[in-house]
Amino acid sequence: MDFSLTQDQRMMQESLTRTVAEASPLERVRRFASDLTDSGADIWRALCEFGLPGIVVPEEHGGLGLGLLDAALAAEALGHAVAPTAFMEVVLASIALLRGGSPEQQAHWLPRLASGEATAAVALSELVAGARDGAGVSASQGVLSGKAFFVQGGMTADLLVVADTTGALHLVRGDAEGLSRTFMPGLDETRRLGELTFRAVAAEPLSGGPALLDALRDAGWTLIAADTLGAAQAMLEKAVAYAKERRQFGRVIGSFQAVKHLCAEMAAELEPCRSLIWYSAYAYDAAPGEASLMAAHAKALTCEVARFVARTSTEVHGGMGVTDLLGLHYWFKRIGLNRQLLGGPERVREIAARLQGLAA
Amino acid sequence: MDLSETPEMAAFRREVKGFLAAHQADYCGGAAKDPLAWQQLLVAHGYAARTIPREYGGYGAAPDILKGRILAEEFISAGAPRGMAGQGISMLVPTLLEVGSEEQKLRWIGPTLRGEIIWCQGYSEPGAGSDLASLQTKAVEDGGDFVISGSKIWTSTAHAAQMMFALVRTEPEAAKHEGISYVLIPMDTPGIEVRPLKTMTGGSEFNEVFFNDVRIPQDQVVGGRGRGWFVANTTLKHERGMLGDPNATEARLNALIELMKSETVDGQRVIDNPVFRDRLMQLQGRVLAMKFNGLRIITSQITGEPAGMAGLIVKLQGCELNHQLAALAIDALGELGILYHEGSHLRAKGRWQWNYMFDLGLIIGGGTAQIQKNIIAERGLGLPREPKPAAV
Repeated sequence: MDFSLTQDQRMMQESLTRTVAEASPLERVRRFASDLTDSGADIWRALCEFGLPGIVVPEEHGGLGLGLLDAALAAEALGHAVAPTAFMEVVLASIALLRGGSPEQQAHWLPRLASGEATAAVALSELVAGARDGAGVSASQGVLSGKAFFVQGGMTADLLVVADTTGALHLVRGDAEGLSRTFMPGLDETRRLGELTFRAVAAEPLSGGPALLDALRDAGWTLIAADTLGAAQAMLEKAVAYAKERRQFGRVIGSFQAVKHLCAEMAAELEPCRSLIWYSAYAYDAAPGEASLMAAHAKALTCEVARFVARTSTEVHGGMGVTDLLGLHYWFKRIGLNRQLLGGPERVREIAARLQGLAA
Repeated sequence: MDLSETPEMAAFRREVKGFLAAHQADYCGGAAKDPLAWQQLLVAHGYAARTIPREYGGYGAAPDILKGRILAEEFISAGAPRGMAGQGISMLVPTLLEVGSEEQKLRWIGPTLRGEIIWCQGYSEPGAGSDLASLQTKAVEDGGDFVISGSKIWTSTAHAAQMMFALVRTEPEAAKHEGISYVLIPMDTPGIEVRPLKTMTGGSEFNEVFFNDVRIPQDQVVGGRGRGWFVANTTLKHERGMLGDPNATEARLNALIELMKSETVDGQRVIDNPVFRDRLMQLQGRVLAMKFNGLRIITSQITGEPAGMAGLIVKLQGCELNHQLAALAIDALGELGILYHEGSHLRAKGRWQWNYMFDLGLIIGGGTAQIQKNIIAERGLGLPREPKPAAV
């Protein structure tokens, strides 16, 4: 038994963390957040050079052929830097194609996704988090109609993976006729959400039905949890660094137990989430029978803990914590967005109960 | 990351399952019918004292963390008692193996493992709790003996113990941490008085122990005179590991799920109440996270790397989680949860109520939650220690 990261995984973590820190420092995140015409293309290019978009795509299609655990480690590094990318979406679209795509669909899209030439978005929200304001997409004879909300990266994606109201999945080209996209301004300006309207849009079906939807949901939950872990870990590190530096009453504030214990509580709550996320990602590839339950708990628990960390870290920073100058709010808001995306903790836990036959 | 089981481990698991199935009649309800016989049976099979060398009465297997884990899992899933796990076996024996003299090892380890000697721990004092090194019980040299006077508190099993391992001040002039010795005291020595300390559970899980000129030979010091603080730290490491066992926590969660499925209010199962169900799911997420955190620690033990933050948090998080599981069970029982002692409506012999109260003591004992947070912040996050107050 070995419950640890391999040497390769640790090296990837380290070099990716460096790459992301260089490509997406806080000043770069700020520019992206304040300018809607900034597509973050340079950040995406740096990740493409790393091979990140093809992380789960098999080598024969031009990818790295790695597993969801590797993707989760990448998501953690991106969350740590609140990098503005649609990484998770490309991973989910790749999984959709790998599990439900025809050989032709795979041959067409996977190399393009893996190289970063094409971007992707997934419209699952109505099926996983539940429909709001009457949203939902219906499919009839290969044509989609209706609305999908909260589609991250959906404004610019070349490929859309869309769930219809029965849980079946479809591929839609970004330039398809009858598709219109409206920007949904959000709290986390490092993420761009789209409202997609389908008016008799031609779509190609994916096979696999609701089981494929569940697989995308589980991978999505795990990757959101990992992104959240990275963001929360960054907030903890920032709080600790600030507490070692800031002096009041003639001492660094980190020597006061009132402050020190807040930092200890953040660390004590966060560290077990890391273990659960590792297992959830590992189970996705190695123990599929457990994957859904583990993904649900990884998502729900990490998002709960991260809310505590986001608030507490801000408080440790005192007044500076709420300023734009420090920029801590980008992490705070990323954690806030991730909490609701693909279902808030209450909804996800209810699904966890259902998965075990503990709820109707 | 590879959690698959090798053929050797799978065979070991089958062997343990087979043993437990064959001896089911020897235990029931998590307790052995004859604890001494059960203990000796386990030692003979290597299911207790597994890695203790044979010359000291153990089974003499090479340390194998995976086999240790398989044993923990199989015994818990069968509801079988793990054999004796008193402070003698879990704390004194590892300490003797690490720093004891050859004579001390030969004399004490075997009978302790066989359950013939029960030990208690004499560390805390009324005036020395979290600040343990300020302890004042003193041992004064007189002829070839030490004469001990003072008192200890929170001494579980002192009433049943034949022996105590204790920290006493032998060098009153030395610095706080350097004047302490780790000594072994026979509990039948004249001058020792044990008074049960009744707690909120209604039981007396702890005692106070008073020493009134208690005379012991000087060769009962372990690890050298004045070295007691460092010897004790070896032992405390073992205690903290013991207090956050994720296998036990998972077993408690499973019992809680069964409780919520079987208890009804107005004919509706508690589990069908969405508020209770959500609280259960919150705790299940935490139990799973601590379970995998435990696997990470086991892996670091195998590879010899430090467990880091994953290890530092176990006592704090594990004890808190156990307490919260008991709290939810009591809430799920509702008014049935306020019954205690006995009666036809009492559930599980009041076990949940007892745990809810007793576990509060575990959150405090073995280093309080607040001391744990200091350790996490200082050793794990590198935050500075509290400055020493100016002398008054």
